[in-house]
Amino acid sequence: MKRLLLSAVAALALIAAVPALADSPKQGGAAVVTFNNDLTTLDPAIGYDWQNWSVIKSIFDGLMDYEPGSTKLRPDLAESYTISDDGQTYTFKLRDGLKFHNGRAVTSADVKYSLERAVSPATQSPGGSYFGAIKGYDELVAGKAKDLSGVTAPDDKTVVIALTRPDATFLHLMAINFGFVVPKEEVEKYGADFGKHPVGTGAFKFIEWTPGQKLELERFADYHTKGVPYLDKLTFEFGQDPTVNVLRLKKGEVDIVGDGIPPAQFNEIMKDASTRDLVAVGDQLHTGYVTLNVKIPPLDNVKVRQAINMAINKDRIVRIINNRGVAATQPLPPAMPGYDTAQKGYAFDPEEAKKLLTEAGFGDGFSTELYAMNVDPNPRIAQAIQQDLAAVGIKAEIKSLAQAEVITAGGAGQGVPMIWSGGMAWIADFPDPANFYYGILGCGGAVEGGWNWSKYCNESLDQRANQADTMVTAEQASARAEAWKGIFNDVLKDAPWAPIFNEKRFTFHSQRLGGDATLFTDPIHIPVNYDYIFAKDKQ
Amino acid sequence: MIRYLAKRAAWSLLILIGVSAITFAINFVIPSDPVALIAARSATKADRDRLRHELWLDRPVIVQYGHYMAGVLQGDLGRSYKRKTQVGEQIMARLPATLVLMVAAIAFELLIGLPAGLFAARRRGSNADKTAMTLSFIGVSAPQFVTGLILFYIFAYWLSWLPSGGYGAANVILPAVTLGIAGGGWYSRMMRSSMVDVLRQDYIRTARAKGLDERSVLFVHAFRNAVLPIIAMIGLDVGIFMSGVVVVESVYGWPGIGQLMWQAIQDRDIPIIMGVTLTAAIFIVLGNLLADLIAPLIDPRIRLR
Repeated sequence: MKRLLLSAVAALALIAAVPALADSPKQGGAAVVTFNNDLTTLDPAIGYDWQNWSVIKSIFDGLMDYEPGSTKLRPDLAESYTISDDGQTYTFKLRDGLKFHNGRAVTSADVKYSLERAVSPATQSPGGSYFGAIKGYDELVAGKAKDLSGVTAPDDKTVVIALTRPDATFLHLMAINFGFVVPKEEVEKYGADFGKHPVGTGAFKFIEWTPGQKLELERFADYHTKGVPYLDKLTFEFGQDPTVNVLRLKKGEVDIVGDGIPPAQFNEIMKDASTRDLVAVGDQLHTGYVTLNVKIPPLDNVKVRQAINMAINKDRIVRIINNRGVAATQPLPPAMPGYDTAQKGYAFDPEEAKKLLTEAGFGDGFSTELYAMNVDPNPRIAQAIQQDLAAVGIKAEIKSLAQAEVITAGGAGQGVPMIWSGGMAWIADFPDPANFYYGILGCGGAVEGGWNWSKYCNESLDQRANQADTMVTAEQASARAEAWKGIFNDVLKDAPWAPIFNEKRFTFHSQRLGGDATLFTDPIHIPVNYDYIFAKDKQ
Repeated sequence: MIRYLAKRAAWSLLILIGVSAITFAINFVIPSDPVALIAARSATKADRDRLRHELWLDRPVIVQYGHYMAGVLQGDLGRSYKRKTQVGEQIMARLPATLVLMVAAIAFELLIGLPAGLFAARRRGSNADKTAMTLSFIGVSAPQFVTGLILFYIFAYWLSWLPSGGYGAANVILPAVTLGIAGGGWYSRMMRSSMVDVLRQDYIRTARAKGLDERSVLFVHAFRNAVLPIIAMIGLDVGIFMSGVVVVESVYGWPGIGQLMWQAIQDRDIPIIMGVTLTAAIFIVLGNLLADLIAPLIDPRIRLR
């Protein structure tokens, strides 16, 4: 039996999900978005940070995407797809009339080319590894093959992708930017400079990018979803500090502060009713945690790790970040499938923590190190953790370093005792619990240069995770979520992390812009889903 | 003169090679791995190793340096790790902005520094002198980040007299003033002491004795002599400003090489860090050379050897 998903179903679900879209806004108007840093690239195979992502997602499309403002998958360039019974072959049918910004029609060969380009080592894509499950991946990266044997294009509208193993996250991977569809002739024309001359199929078309100053995009008239995007023009301005941009927004010069609201201005904005109403608040797929290195004594003792979990006053830390989040009870954030609402985590209990430490033989405490990134508010959060630990006798010396140095220290062979993850990890690459496991809690990440800074490696959990990811079908989705729930509850018992809080996103935007708050805090198009917001003055 | 220039050019080249070697080495002494920042977080060790190989980062440092310098000698500054675009192109796109800012800042610091110094020297010991010198002291000592934000708040946000950022003729005023305030303070102090010295000279007394009016004594006789040592200093400013632009460009969003450098440091994008450092070093070397060449023109007692 084959399962067929029609985009019409998704479109209905979309209308239900986002009420603002029901009365379909009129097209027109423009918006100015500010970022402190210039973008690095607009090449979907190269861009790997949230700031590039939201822009790349507006210029390019993949086979799959998410309903605006949500984490629900839906077909994008694909009109429909089927999954074989063994869960190892995906067949995508492309939409009719798809066009690149240069006017050429999109064919299934473009999809194949784009995936191969992302995987090919010569492209130097940071994310080619996402496609490791596709048949022929190993041969292509080893230089033994010129193409991905697992990707075939039987006709212009059909793409068949064969995997070496069932992978429940595969549709998410088709929604991630690295496999977005690019036209071969433009890539060959510009070579490595394609990132400065992007040509895609997305809602917005590239016009001009002046380094360090601004990027201009324009509505793509032939975009596959009629009536979208709503804005005619989108301008990104670079170079200025968010502190300055908040003031510029108040003056009416800009529409969205892309970097978010700086801590120093947050209370002022939230106190004043006129500015508070312009702040959209939403969940994001984020957990801030302290890694406890299970290989370094005395943190190798599970009681010590549990004691640390109980010693930290998470509510106080949430206050430090101006209540821009909620105290975390488990590794997964609340917006993620598999989040266990029944799991209350380790309650703040210094007495119990001391008891556990005594049982572990550290009644007199011990000395250790806590690494943190040196950008506000992370040093302040590290200090709060330091004080909480001192109260139960643990003396933690704070090492406040640049981001790159903390990441390198955490990934090194033995790693370091404790790291506060703020500013570095972890916002999900895609909305699936698997993305919160393998790299940061699984054995595969506990290697030199990996992101599993706890060096936690539990073979039996890895097996259960692999098992859960063979559940590919829609009917298995809830069983799979249960399996992941169990995995993360067992992780919590072993306490390789002390989960601290789940951040919320606060986006400050001008009165002129309309759209549901979820669009301004989109968990995937971070920070804003530019395709679906509209100009109120054009309505 | 030609021999002198040849010697200076040779020295400059050595300095640039030294700068390149030291900067290159620093990138490897700092315990941070560029690949950790480039690779996706899902990457396996094999993926990271492959990326490391593609970027030449798995070779010994000395080989990497040789590879890099071989490129530089052919005018190729390499490609950015994160952007994949030509570093030379990135720098050339931004250099004009930095040069415009620098010229405007130098003009501004002379515009406030020289008159203030002249005025203070003329009324040495008066309250006006003390006020001017206190202000110049504040100007010299205030961190540029603070000066920048205060000026921004007053003139761009509160009074709305000047654009708050971006690139253009009116937009250069605030960053140039921020950058120039320290230099202006410095020049006013130098101008004052130089002027005070000159006003004590015999020929000034002679000029006054022969009945010249105070204005021509001050501007024709005294000022021209007093200003000479200061002009020689302008060349050195080029170097000082090259380091100051990083901060000022980021406050005002001025799209120069300072901004590019700031981002590259955060990303550990070694090719860009190297490229900008070398570019800045070239300007500093040229600035110093300029200062040395101007000196004998204004004071014949100095001779180049």
